[in-house]
Amino acid sequence: MQASLSLSLSLPPAAPRSDPAPTVFRPSALRFCGLRREALGLRPLRPAGSTWVFPSPARTPSRKTVAAVSGNGSPSKGFDYDLVIIGAGVGGHGAALHAVEKGLKTAIIEGDIVGGTCVNRGCVPSKALLAVSGRMRELQNEHHLKALGLQVSSPGYDRQGVADHANNLASKIRNNLTNSLKALGVDILTGVGTIAGTQKVKYGKVGFPDTEITAKDIIIATGSVPFVPNGIEVDGKTVFTSDHALKLEWVPEWIAIVGSGYIGLEFSDVYSALGSEVTFVEALDQLMPGFDPEIGKLAQRVLINPRKIDYHTGVFAKKITPAKDGKPVLIELIDAKTKEPKDTLEVDAALIATGRAPFTKGLGLENINIVTQRGFVPVNERMQVIDASGNLIPHLYCIGDANGKMMLAHAASAQGISVVEQIGGRDNVLNHLSIPAACFTHPEISMVGMTEPQAREKAQQEGFEVSVAKTSFKANTKALAENEGEGLAKLIYRPDTGEILGVHILGMHAADLIHEASNAIALGTRVQDIKFAVHAHPTLSEVLDELFKSAKVFECISGVHSMRNCA
Amino acid sequence: MASLANVHLGTPFLPSPASLRGRSAACGVGGVAPRRAPRIQAKIREIFMPALSSTMTEGKIVSWAKAEGDKLAKGESVVVVESDKADMDVETFYDGYLAAIMVEEGAVAAVGSAIALLAETEDEIPLAKSQAASSSATMASDGPAASRPVADTAAPPSPLETAPEALSSSPPSSNFSPVAASSAHPASEGGQRTIATPYAKKLAKDLKVELGSVAGSGPMGRIVAKDVEVAAAATAAAPVSTAPPKSVSNSSAVKAPASPAIQLGTVVPFTTMQGAVSKNMVESLSVPTFRVGYTITTNALDDLYKKIKSKGVTMTALLAKATAMALMKHPIVNSSCRDGKSFTYNSSINIAVAVAIDGGLITPVLQDADKVDIYSLSRKWKELVDKARAKQLQSHEYNTGTFTLSNLGMFGVDRFDAILPPGTGAIMAVGASQSTVVATKDGRIGVKSQMQVNVTADHRVIYGADLAAFLQTLAKIIEDPKELTL
Repeated sequence: MQASLSLSLSLPPAAPRSDPAPTVFRPSALRFCGLRREALGLRPLRPAGSTWVFPSPARTPSRKTVAAVSGNGSPSKGFDYDLVIIGAGVGGHGAALHAVEKGLKTAIIEGDIVGGTCVNRGCVPSKALLAVSGRMRELQNEHHLKALGLQVSSPGYDRQGVADHANNLASKIRNNLTNSLKALGVDILTGVGTIAGTQKVKYGKVGFPDTEITAKDIIIATGSVPFVPNGIEVDGKTVFTSDHALKLEWVPEWIAIVGSGYIGLEFSDVYSALGSEVTFVEALDQLMPGFDPEIGKLAQRVLINPRKIDYHTGVFAKKITPAKDGKPVLIELIDAKTKEPKDTLEVDAALIATGRAPFTKGLGLENINIVTQRGFVPVNERMQVIDASGNLIPHLYCIGDANGKMMLAHAASAQGISVVEQIGGRDNVLNHLSIPAACFTHPEISMVGMTEPQAREKAQQEGFEVSVAKTSFKANTKALAENEGEGLAKLIYRPDTGEILGVHILGMHAADLIHEASNAIALGTRVQDIKFAVHAHPTLSEVLDELFKSAKVFECISGVHSMRNCA
Repeated sequence: MASLANVHLGTPFLPSPASLRGRSAACGVGGVAPRRAPRIQAKIREIFMPALSSTMTEGKIVSWAKAEGDKLAKGESVVVVESDKADMDVETFYDGYLAAIMVEEGAVAAVGSAIALLAETEDEIPLAKSQAASSSATMASDGPAASRPVADTAAPPSPLETAPEALSSSPPSSNFSPVAASSAHPASEGGQRTIATPYAKKLAKDLKVELGSVAGSGPMGRIVAKDVEVAAAATAAAPVSTAPPKSVSNSSAVKAPASPAIQLGTVVPFTTMQGAVSKNMVESLSVPTFRVGYTITTNALDDLYKKIKSKGVTMTALLAKATAMALMKHPIVNSSCRDGKSFTYNSSINIAVAVAIDGGLITPVLQDADKVDIYSLSRKWKELVDKARAKQLQSHEYNTGTFTLSNLGMFGVDRFDAILPPGTGAIMAVGASQSTVVATKDGRIGVKSQMQVNVTADHRVIYGADLAAFLQTLAKIIEDPKELTL
């Protein structure tokens, strides 16, 4: 639920594609030497034998050792820290962990609470609600239960219990995160961080950033807040954003959800399972505009049409007035194109899920000549911040929602790791097309890489062919055993090279299934190779197995293309 | 509603095979050739739901690529249809104007049924529109577009002319498939906005209930799912045990439809009304009901009836009035439980009375029967019955009952038992008043007119003692009916 604007899904320009394997293995000896040289050079006092000198390949054991032996690294000469991260969300956390592993003395400045949006107001508590809604849905589906031979009498729920589950989960994960930072010796500095100048950060209470620290490198990871369009009055009770909705203070009988992206869709799943009726308001002409059209169409058939949900597309919510004096929530709709008034909705509550806006105010960006674009911090493909005149600002990076490249928690974390790699002297460009995304509805939707229209457009520009393969969950034994045959997996690939361009899945556990595809894209594995990988039977993963096997890659023999099934 | 058959027979076109073209490939498609259109309007063509696969029996309109009034060129894609296999673009074979869309987006139509009309010239658009309107008027529809023509143009045929069908909606019988337009906006009637929840709208579409005429009981008067169900139930039937062959009240009732052409051994699909009745009957099984009977002496009531009959008072009105007065003293019997967690003491006493109409049942409602005097009540009853016969009852006139009366006594039935209509607390089955030999108070043998009544009630809220007390009160009122005329 960390994800956001469908806009944010429009992937960055094709730049990363030129470098399909993100963790590029430059001559590894050189890289290693580079690190060691730098490390030794910068930390002459450090006793040899510290674990960071010989990083073990596996991250976890290494982390443990580091923590046990030396904790956080010692700073570079003349700096308080090697790395200061502003923001302790999932992005900042991921970067900090990796930085410690790489022996950097790291501090993280948190102005709110550790865990950021994802853990406290996003993906994490929403997963708790969705876990409940999934079970409610199963228990309420008499037809389905009957088919399994189950008998359940009148399922119900306790709203406070559900809300507590979400809240408990968030605090648990928050504690885990805090503990992992503390255990590694990352300094958690409380307050609002501001960039004071090159390699300088101030922090403290809002408006009184009284403590100044220096750092060799700085990462901005301040994340985002719910975006509320003009004209919408949020009162936190009857008109609210995901921040409030996740507390589940009440379950309205009828709720309008403005925006049908991930956030809206997931909440529609929660609310409709808990008994609400839902009306979507979507500015674009179709629901779920960020999804592959075919998946979107199926999602509508599975997730919208059979439920107590209706929708208005091609309309803006021009004005939303909270309920008061016995009047309902009023939503004035205007035509998205003509701006003519279209309709007025009267509902019990409205959830604003129109995306997320970067949280970059008060960062002192003006101190170093940065002009944000709609609030986003401009960065290059290496997350290096670009100033107003188009120059790179040395030692300053921005990751996660604040740069707007891909507003997903794990994307932020991956960007953070990529930055730490660069700081450590290993060039690293993250391939955003290998970052999967998931929507945790029932059934789930997941995707990685390009949608079919995106792939076809690129193909047209660059002059290659695109093929599409599809498999259905209906043919999968495990899915049928679960009586969850509804679903589709779709592979978009190049028939000439076997390169995987995108994979989209709608079906049971789609969010867990996507990683085989995202890993393949990240590692540059081709269809003709991955199809020989073995999948346990009977598992849902066979949906992907079958998908890869059904792809047809040209075999190029002496210039003659022949179509054949390589299986 | 206009009879569908008329419209259709008046159409000179016969469906010619509409072909189509898939996105990727193949064969052409089309509109419809008026090859056998010798008589009139040869230039208005119907666009039919094509068969996109050999197994396809019906198709869903995913989206209209063109709007009404748009010019179409031969080969242009007009509509996207979803079949059991895939979504396909359907193209036209003719130039012309898309005059009228007969099946809205999201709705389903059988293969071969008309989904739109194509006019050759712009001048013919209005003609095509009216043609479409008259046919869509025959289709059950909750869309504002379709409801308008119903009100404006379609004169309801007299009941004797039509086949027995549901009051509010006549399912298409010829090659029109049942289509309910999906309404993007809440239905509106008389410029007044109607607010209905998403599920209420879906249900209205499924149950073919006109949202504009449903009374909303939700917050701020919005229409919620339950209201639609109640409306559908009321339209369909007052669920009395069996359908009486004739009207309860009026001996001048319409003749029961003769059933000359029943073919034995055939399977007959339910009409909309039968479907709704069936649904209601099954739903009623979820309510734990019980029955309490009582014998009431009617001599005094009969005397009163004879006296004031000339003033237009009917026995139905008298019974309704007596029941309402008894209910005043026992509000629990006038309550209803809808969600299984709470119940409502209804604010008014609205007596629904089952009436047989051709092919079905309806329950016109005498609203505030406790407050209205017996003469007005009788006039009201007559008016309602007339409206029911003409199929002109508004939904609030048949779906707002809080207590139901079913009287088979006039057919000589001496006792029976009624099924509780979902959403109400109790129903009373009234048997015939018969001369009975009784022991009188002074120990002699006498003859009195007695009738048996039998109340079925929802035991979640109404208990045996409640019904007993209510029936005692009712018996007192009927046995000493002075108050009825006050």
